[in-house]
Amino acid sequence: MDFALSEEQRMFRDMFRNFAAKEVAPRAEEIDHAETLPGEMLRKAADQGFLGATIPEDYYGAALDNVSYAILLENLATACASMAVIVATHVSQVAMSILDFGTDAQKEEWLPALAGSEAIGAFALSEPDAGSDMLSLETRARYEGDEVVLDGVKTWVTNGELAGLFLVFARGPQGVEAYLVPRDTPGLTVGYREPTLGLRSACFNTVYLEGCRIPQSYRLGGPGAGAAIAGRAVDRMAIALAAVGLGLVESSVDVAAQYSTERIQFGVPIGKKQAIQNHIANAYVETEALRYLVYRTAWLIDQGEDFSVDASVVKAFGARIARSVTNWMLQVLGGYGFMEDYPMARKYRDARVLGIIGGPTEVHTFRVARHILAQKNLEIVPRHQ
Amino acid sequence: MDFIFSPEHQALRRMIREFAETEIAPIAAELDREHKVPFDIMRKLGEIGLLGVCFPQEYGGMGAGETGYCILMEELGRVCANTAVNVGAHIGIGAMCIHLDGTPEQKRKYLTPLARGEKIAAFGLTESNAGSDAANVRTRAVREGDSWILDGGKVFITNGGYADIITVLAVTDPALGARGGITAFIVETDWPGFKVAREEDKMGIRGSSTAELVFEELRVPHENVLGKVGEGFVTFMKSLDMGRLTLGAACLGGAQKVLEQCVYWAKTRWQFGEALAHKQTVQWMIANMATEIEALRSLVYRVAWMVDTGQPFTQLAAMCKLYGSEVLSRAVDAAIQIHGGLGITRDFPLEQAFRDARINEIFEGTNEVQRIVIASNIFREFGVRIRP
Repeated sequence: MDFALSEEQRMFRDMFRNFAAKEVAPRAEEIDHAETLPGEMLRKAADQGFLGATIPEDYYGAALDNVSYAILLENLATACASMAVIVATHVSQVAMSILDFGTDAQKEEWLPALAGSEAIGAFALSEPDAGSDMLSLETRARYEGDEVVLDGVKTWVTNGELAGLFLVFARGPQGVEAYLVPRDTPGLTVGYREPTLGLRSACFNTVYLEGCRIPQSYRLGGPGAGAAIAGRAVDRMAIALAAVGLGLVESSVDVAAQYSTERIQFGVPIGKKQAIQNHIANAYVETEALRYLVYRTAWLIDQGEDFSVDASVVKAFGARIARSVTNWMLQVLGGYGFMEDYPMARKYRDARVLGIIGGPTEVHTFRVARHILAQKNLEIVPRHQ
Repeated sequence: MDFIFSPEHQALRRMIREFAETEIAPIAAELDREHKVPFDIMRKLGEIGLLGVCFPQEYGGMGAGETGYCILMEELGRVCANTAVNVGAHIGIGAMCIHLDGTPEQKRKYLTPLARGEKIAAFGLTESNAGSDAANVRTRAVREGDSWILDGGKVFITNGGYADIITVLAVTDPALGARGGITAFIVETDWPGFKVAREEDKMGIRGSSTAELVFEELRVPHENVLGKVGEGFVTFMKSLDMGRLTLGAACLGGAQKVLEQCVYWAKTRWQFGEALAHKQTVQWMIANMATEIEALRSLVYRVAWMVDTGQPFTQLAAMCKLYGSEVLSRAVDAAIQIHGGLGITRDFPLEQAFRDARINEIFEGTNEVQRIVIASNIFREFGVRIRP
């Protein structure tokens, strides 16, 4: 076993940390209040290679290993979790799906564009009546000659408003399938944006597909391969979101620890009070546990091993820790924690959203239980237990 | 023992429920969205006598006691956290200290218009260096003939931006500190030297005013000293005890409402071929929530009964605030999980409930302060004196 980051990973970490501190942190409050990430921030991230993080060099990506990529998301999230989620969706859900399942032509067409930020990727899976339940998808794909016609409504499409390319899931004749739909395809309309509690500068849109016609060559993977593609994208995103949670908690501990040395009550810095020490120490314990679980799960991807259950483990844990740590650290700041001109309130709101997006905690917990019980020869299915 | 509300209190609850559902619930989201204090609601609540719910009839009150006041706060907490906060700061702490320690003349002059809602009150305790350490106030009051001259400032004052009357704690003898050196004053906000310095931009309760106040050579007549010179800290702590109980009542109403929303949604929302209500994960959340709410309800009204029957209740009031705020936060948190995407969008009330609920673990004494109060009371019985 070896728990040390490689020299290269340490160098990347310093670079990411530097970028987050210099380019992102000073604007984080403004970005949150405006509820938009300025386009130039994404271009700056692309200039650093972040939008092509794990895309291979052949496609002009940065070819990062998955641990370094997790460290990238973690560091972006210390400054601005919304920006980290935008990058995670773009890379983990869209670019990596193309890399994992695309044809050479699809990779050549889209991966360099995604790496260079000429197109931002959006992920369109959820529907009004099919959130966690993929079998209930109602968006239809109809084959007409060499073309596919998509009809349906997608909700909570991450990056919808920013996107040049949508990865759309629909029910075709042979089951769920995935399609690469460019923004300018007639029949595709980006609609309502959810006004969210947190991650306010990420965007979650409703997307309408009305007779949206694409060449059959835009289908990603074989006939009926959609469920496998969606599953893998959800797994990758689960790890990415846990890395975002890690960034949120470590920066929260940092803010609260600093505050506890400066805030004097009862004649001493509040950090001298055991109640505050306990809050900070417990938060730190959870942060470190999450850190190594995130890095380990990212490392599993690099080992080429199946990471589907581990992704659910880290997502469920990460969302829980993000919630509890930001909650305690807000409490350390007292009244100032509740004010929007301090960063804690934003971190607290952002963290809460992580328990819902990318599959609610209950769904990931279910997947873990199903895996454990399967080893004891008990098969469980989500329906009618 | 008797756990049934009197017919008068039952009628009071029906009246408040109807007012709250028709007048307040429809605008609750707008108050948050537009950062708007509901002056109209406060005026109407005054007109129907509710802002004097627990004050004596001779001073314009309704005389419904602490139990009646808890019923009011529970019902307001159900529909609108902002209104509950505004009313709580007005009745529960701002006007309460005049009710507790005011002279008959001060009550006639100040409590009466406050009980009728003709004037709005705030409670001026917290300062930038006196939060949990409330005895550390630095606002200074110096005697000058028949007046006191106040210099200093307060922060995080609920209703501070628009209150007409503020009870203010100031140091009158720095050598004595909290034991005899701090005095409470009744201040009218249109007096020269009173200034609202800024309004806070808060995560929640955005339909309430949280202001920073500055006093510059603010002249207060001696007759506006509340209680005895040097005993203001005691007056303020007694008021906070009352405020903490009713804060628990408001949390009770908020949590009960959230439970009802969850039951409705779990019954309506289908996933994996059945209503969410059939999932044990959801059943457990509902069962835990309901159990905690019932425990809170019993605690709140038992303590209200203790107040109305003149028994000591400081430690129990701290428990109401501590437990109530945490029960509400846990209920809202579980509700968000049950509602999924709907729980984190501003189009649905839970998102606001999540932001609003969090303040209850902080204001009117952080939950850490409540634990200190509870622990010191317990240890005192065993001869151990706790210093925070």
